[in-house]
Amino acid sequence: MDEAEVVKPKKNAVGGRLCCLCNQRRPALKRPKTLEQICRECFYTVFEEEIHRVIVDNQLFKPGERIAIGASGGKDSTVLAYVMSELNRRHNYGLDLFLLSVDEGITGYRDDSLETVKRNEIQYGLPLKVVSYKDLYGWTMDEIVKIIGLKNNCTFCGVFRRQALDRGAALLKVDKLVTGHNADDIAETVLLNILRGDIARLSRCTSITTGEEGPIPRCKPFKYTYEKEIVMYAYFKRLDYFSTECIYSPNAYRGFAREFIKDLERLRPRAILDIIKSGEDFRISTSTKMPEQGTCERCGYISSQKWCKACVLLDGLNRGLPKLGIGRSRGPNSDRQRDMKQSNGTRDIQSKQCGTLDF
Amino acid sequence: MQLTLEFGGGLELLCESVKIHNVNVDPAEDGGDKLTMKSLLAWVRTNLIKERPEMFMKGDSVRPGVLVLVNDCDWELSGQLDTTLEEKDVVVFISTLHGG
Ligand SMILES: [Zn+2]
Ligand SMILES: [Zn+2]
Ligand SMILES: [Zn+2]
Repeated sequence: MDEAEVVKPKKNAVGGRLCCLCNQRRPALKRPKTLEQICRECFYTVFEEEIHRVIVDNQLFKPGERIAIGASGGKDSTVLAYVMSELNRRHNYGLDLFLLSVDEGITGYRDDSLETVKRNEIQYGLPLKVVSYKDLYGWTMDEIVKIIGLKNNCTFCGVFRRQALDRGAALLKVDKLVTGHNADDIAETVLLNILRGDIARLSRCTSITTGEEGPIPRCKPFKYTYEKEIVMYAYFKRLDYFSTECIYSPNAYRGFAREFIKDLERLRPRAILDIIKSGEDFRISTSTKMPEQGTCERCGYISSQKWCKACVLLDGLNRGLPKLGIGRSRGPNSDRQRDMKQSNGTRDIQSKQCGTLDF
Repeated sequence: MQLTLEFGGGLELLCESVKIHNVNVDPAEDGGDKLTMKSLLAWVRTNLIKERPEMFMKGDSVRPGVLVLVNDCDWELSGQLDTTLEEKDVVVFISTLHGG
């Protein structure tokens, strides 16, 4: 590639190259998407305006809508909250924005990251709603882990969080939920779904809006935004985010797919966008039928089974049989169906399941 | 050579949760009065990283997904490992691999 061409002494302000957009200021970063060398000011502009284009071109929002921003306190959702409120003002989207957080009840982790979200509430002037596992289910993750150990805790976390977000969104009476999934996340999901041969999820995982058939549609304004640029943006703007790993997700397990993507990016930064494109082109008219919609007899949440997955897990917990509902005890068909239903348009990937508390 | 090294995005956890380190690195190890990023990384690995060095480095460079800025400028603009450092430079390492 062109690694060789950039052997240019730093701080060589006089002889050095200038920003290739404004041709006035010193470049501050190399864009992974385009390899352009641009200055900080131009970076802010292209970063924000690209997201604006994605929002407009995909008609993500309508004026007057109430939108919840899934906020974990981490880099992606913090930058998302900041950029969404900027763009809403600048381009008169006419949206009512809210921050929505889930408190899983993880001492030393979630309580700290929630403090970050509470600061964001003030910094960005966005009302915050926190829904907790304790209130919704009667259990904190700390209590669940005490009973089931560290092995299957992500099953609980994942299922409970998805539902908690929907319930929080319903309480806020929002029309949509936006999440901070970035281009790297989506490329990773594409790869994992290919490796698993999961055609149904592969077809869905590149959609910018999902869950339109469910209670609250979800969308991803950062679908084409590189993780590198999100972190650079947060750094240059000195945005306040939380970056400690989840104590229940040891070793910051990121999975081989993530590692592979980052290796590819180093060799050829375009690879991330190309993988997303491949995923989109794979969108096959699946013959796999989506299970029929129904509601859980116990809690009323959408479910294709008698009880939703959260209720099955909860029932096991409350009866002292916490392994109930984990794993694949039934035939592959019913299991697959259940999976499909439960995922309900949101992604379900291994490496970011719990630790990052990324929705 | 006096340098300020800053660790963020979770990398500070690898060096006893200290984010900012004011350090003195001897450029002589590089055989001259220049210090390159390549030898600084080796120095950091030996002297500052207390646990899980594989979260910080891969081979003789940073692990992919770790961003490096020298004086607030992406090191991809200054030659990455070949970047030469000067007195009072500020080098920032940020992991992109933590949190959402
Ligand atoms: Zn510029
Ligand atoms: Zn979990
Ligand atoms: Zn239920």
